[in-house]
Parts: sequence; structure tokens; C-alpha cells
Amino acid sequence: MNLIIIFISAALINNFVLIQFLGICPFVGVSKKMDSAVSMGLAVTFVMVISAAVTWLIYHLLLVPFDMQILEYVSFILVIASLVQLVEMFIRKVSKPLYDSLGIFLPLITTNCAILGLALISVLRDYSFIESVIFGAGAGVGFTLALVIMAGIREELELAPVPKHFKGAGITMIIAGCLGLAFMGFSGLI
Amino acid sequence: MPHKKHTLLQEFLKGIWKENPILISLLGLCPALAVTVSAENGLAMGLAATFVVVSSSIIVSILRKIIPPQVRIASFIVIIATFVTIADRFLAAYYPDISSNLGPFIPLIIVNCMILGRQEAFASKNNILRSFLDAVGVGIGFTLVLVVLGGVREILGSGTIFGIEIMWSSFHPWAVMILPPGAFLALGLMIGASNWLNELGEKK
Repeated sequence: MNLIIIFISAALINNFVLIQFLGICPFVGVSKKMDSAVSMGLAVTFVMVISAAVTWLIYHLLLVPFDMQILEYVSFILVIASLVQLVEMFIRKVSKPLYDSLGIFLPLITTNCAILGLALISVLRDYSFIESVIFGAGAGVGFTLALVIMAGIREELELAPVPKHFKGAGITMIIAGCLGLAFMGFSGLI
Repeated sequence: MPHKKHTLLQEFLKGIWKENPILISLLGLCPALAVTVSAENGLAMGLAATFVVVSSSIIVSILRKIIPPQVRIASFIVIIATFVTIADRFLAAYYPDISSNLGPFIPLIIVNCMILGRQEAFASKNNILRSFLDAVGVGIGFTLVLVVLGGVREILGSGTIFGIEIMWSSFHPWAVMILPPGAFLALGLMIGASNWLNELGEKK
């Protein structure tokens, strides 16, 4: 039950993008086209689940026993950067079609603050291993959901008369605000 | 980047308005949106990010001939992460309230694309003085936007500025402004306003 709550809360109630403001850069940058939004969302979800597991292991099996929590940030970001590289090589070897659709988005994920944020938040909340992984999956689903909704709206927006000075970034932010209001409605869920 | 070299003063000024990291380049949006529930938080975040971008620009600029190009991004991130750890420990020791307000967004300065962007686009190609001025300019531009955004949200959302009551007594705070959606709305309006101001400036 607890695990379901963690999942739903990460995906909907505390949506990573719209409520917690993590991963805004790809959210603004990659939400112009539907198909790239879907690929980006899948790639991020994939990396999130793996990095949630690996950073948990690093923190609890390496940093805590040796009392080196001060190296938390440096080691997390290094692990995430090399993990993204590994995942990229692995996907290229195993599935060529998957690599072709995710390929260009994978390097961008290193600087996606949602990934590092995920690792830091699960340390802050003192999650167990399973909880961290579920939290990662929920956050990934939430990110994909926000990105896909946004891409759908922006594709329609091409035809809409937007005030001149709000074209591009301005209107994107305002739509994100409206989506955020809608997502706040989920807070009654639990 | 124009081919002609900027003067030192232009190098410093361009980050504040013409190439403002948030309003024009849309970099570093996550902390800008997340922490600006009050002007004070915005100021603290801006100063922390300025410290990190200035110190890491200096180090990257000193080491720019030593760092091999294949591993440059990883090296930049390690340098940035080191300074972020310093800033984080400093805030936690001297300003525990601010540190707990900003929460995980202090460590998230590491992946702030504005800072990495400055290292990649500028500090790794220019000498120390230029990199320093560029970083200070960008840092000030970032801080200004954060303070204004935080100020607007604080005035409308809680009726105060830097914790001092300024609105009349019958004023009802707009709760939405200090909730997450308010951040998006306020920043969207600010980007629109800055585009409008830029156009006014060009007409003259």
C-alpha cells in the first residue's frame, strides 16, 4: 500500500515537472513534437529507475559506512553521468531501433535535474531500496505524462493566434502554469 | 557570438540583460521557478549560484589548456560539484533557515545548465579576466531575475516583501502566486514583458 502511495504521489500529486519544478529544461526544449516527447519520456523513465537503484546502493553501501556523505553530490553526479553513457552503449548493442529513437536524447539526460533531484530526494526521505526504485518509476511516469500533454498542446498551438511577445517561451510557461493548477487537483487523491 | 571581441565592459554587461540566462536563453529555469516564493529565497539562490559560476569559471579558465577535450564536460561537472558542496556546507552552517528553505535546490545547482553552459561556451575558451567578468555578469543577471520574480510572487502571494508587510490591510493575498502554478504564470508574464521592453528599446 505504501509503495502504491509513493508511486501515485511521485507521478501525479507531486508531479516532478509541474509541481516540483525538476527537469524544466527538457520540458521546455523537447516538448515541441509529440514523437520526440514520447521518446524523451521513455529514456528519462528508464534512466531514472536504474539511477534510483544505483545511487541508493552507492549511498548506503559506500558513503554511509565510510562516513563520507560530504561526497554525496560529487559521487552522485559522476555515477549518473557514467550510467547514462553505459545505458547508451547497452541500448546501441541490444536494440538498434530503440537506440535510433532514444539516441540523441540520452546525453541530454545527464544534465536533467530531475535525475539528480530524484537521488537527493530519496536520500532526504530515507527511502528503502524498493521504495527508491518505485519512487524513480513514479517520477519517470509523471515526467513522461507532463511532457506528452505539453507536446500535444504545443502542436495545436502552432495554429493559435498567440500575442506576439508571448510566442515561444512565454506562452509555454503560462500553459505549464495552467497544467500545474490542474495537477494540483490530484492532491485530494490520497 | 560575434567574431569581433567584446570590450571588457560589454563582456560584463551582456549577461545582465542582452543575454540574460533566464529571460533570453531560458537556462537555469528549475531553481528560478522552485525557490522564488519570496524575494529573500530568490536572493539567496541567486548569490549561491553566482558564487558557483564565478569560482568555477575561474578554475576552468585556469585549467582550460590542461583539460583534455574528450572529458571536458565530466571535468566541468566535478569542478562545479565541488563548489556547490562548499556553498551548501556554508549555508547550512551560517544560514540554516535559508538552507532548509531551499532544500534540494542547492545541490541541484550542479546540474543548472546556465553554469555548465558558461563553462562550455565561455570559460573554456577565454582568459581568466574575461571569464571572471562574464561569470559575474551572468550571475548578476540571474540573481536580478530571481529577486524580481521572488518579489512579485511575495507581494501578490503574501502581501510582504523581504518579510515586511506592505499591502493595505484589506488586501487578500493571491494564494496561487506562492503555489507552484504561480511560478509558471509569473515567469511567463515576465518573459513576455521583457520581449516587449526589448522591442520598445529597438524602436527608439
